[in-house]
Amino acid sequence: MTAADVHRTILAVWRIEQPRLITSLSRMLRDVPLAEDLTQEALVAALEHWPTSGVPEQPGAWLMATAKRRALDQLRRTKMLARKHEMVARDIEQEQLAVPDLDASLDDDIGDEMLRLIFTACHPLLSREARAALALRMICGLTTEEIARAFLVPDATIAQRIVRAKRTLSESGLTYETPRSGELSGRLASVLEVVYLIFNEGYTAARGVDWLRPQLCNEALRIGRVLTSIAPQEPEAQGLLALMELNASRTAARTDAAGEPILLLEQNRALWDQLQIRRGLQALARARELGGADGFYALQAAIVACHARASTADATDWPRIAGLYAELAKRVNSPVIELNRAVAVGMAEGPQAALTIVDRLVHEPTLKNYHLLESVRGDLLQKLGRRPEARAAFEAAARLAGNQREQELLRRRAAEAGMSDIG
Amino acid sequence: MRFMYLVKHPGAPGNPTPQLIEAMHKLADREIKAGRMLDNGGLMPVQTGAQVRIADGKLSVIDGPFVEAKEVVGGYAIFELRDKEEAVAMAREFMQLHLDHMPGWEGTCELRAFATP
Repeated sequence: MTAADVHRTILAVWRIEQPRLITSLSRMLRDVPLAEDLTQEALVAALEHWPTSGVPEQPGAWLMATAKRRALDQLRRTKMLARKHEMVARDIEQEQLAVPDLDASLDDDIGDEMLRLIFTACHPLLSREARAALALRMICGLTTEEIARAFLVPDATIAQRIVRAKRTLSESGLTYETPRSGELSGRLASVLEVVYLIFNEGYTAARGVDWLRPQLCNEALRIGRVLTSIAPQEPEAQGLLALMELNASRTAARTDAAGEPILLLEQNRALWDQLQIRRGLQALARARELGGADGFYALQAAIVACHARASTADATDWPRIAGLYAELAKRVNSPVIELNRAVAVGMAEGPQAALTIVDRLVHEPTLKNYHLLESVRGDLLQKLGRRPEARAAFEAAARLAGNQREQELLRRRAAEAGMSDIG
Repeated sequence: MRFMYLVKHPGAPGNPTPQLIEAMHKLADREIKAGRMLDNGGLMPVQTGAQVRIADGKLSVIDGPFVEAKEVVGGYAIFELRDKEEAVAMAREFMQLHLDHMPGWEGTCELRAFATP
């Protein structure tokens, strides 16, 4: 094994143990950010010792003992006089004596602690970016470098974001959040928003050369699964999980061998992940059972489900999709949703009906720089045989697109519209 | 990456000890709540099933009696993990439970990455 292999193995072992480590420590210390620091310190210790000593038989117990020892050291060193800390130190000392240590922590239901962890990391007091970074770090065990790479920003930016977020939590006394059952649904919105942000960052990769950064999708899916397993009564958590599973099910079909994007209706549906589709449809059904069929995420999931259920593009239930978008537009007043409704109406009733909706959106200030508006217009104009206008729309869309691959696709469509005109 | 875990053991397995069942249950609980385990299941003895086989260009159904197999699949699990290293670490932890809680048990946990659909 090379040093790099050993490093990877240790990191993998640590990540497997990370959820239990951080949840146990945070309960002990009543402080999630501190627990996270110590979990990281345990990793550093493992990276120091295991290359020579080998990975212990019970790596989880080793990491836990190391982290606890450091927690105790730290509490002693800082000589905290607060009664809370004295009690915690005593608790830890007593737990240190108790054997077997690992079984004790295994006995505890990690669900409650995991929920606390998620609610602390995604506290509405923090910016969305800070919440996303903390969630990836605390819940998913990503390193600062991995988060930075995923979000295409310098390491220092993420490191600073995390330090600041932790400080904000500490200074506000929010290091150990326990949302009461009454406020759970409200606070959940702040969590779901961040999970969806992480997912979308991975799914669409707004800037840069990579069309997909699938790892972020997987991390978001993982948090979604955590949420639905520990808070199974929350319909919007189910709705979001459904939406993410159903969208992610198309990952393998979304690009060709050269990495070029393939539009949904042109995708090879045999490449759609049926296991994931099934999971998505199950979560959607669960959201409906819980009375959440009209939720923001559940409605979007229901739209994606129409695609997932259609065995061919022609079999898509466009009138239903258009109806679902109308429902969604009633909930959220958004020109982007209206644009999507236009696309569905175009498929259900024809391009002219859709263009009427789209042309109403052209002067919408929030869509001024939105490349998909011009892209959709171009598509409709082309279908109506208005080729010079279509070409101009595609060119405008290409200028606005942030993703290099999308730009290329749009330029190609502009050129095709132009060629058909000549030919 | 999605991984399939197949747990195999020689012919007739003893019943798992209550300690092992409890430890596995806790691990499964943790892994579901950590959002990593997608599915799992134990399998009944081979006598409860059948084998449909093709050999020498002919299809046949073997509905028992079964020849004592060297290894029998006793259960499976599907995990969504980051890489093979994580998958191996997971399997080690799972198998360590057997070592700790069911003395004398021998078997193999084979893990394989899913082909992207």
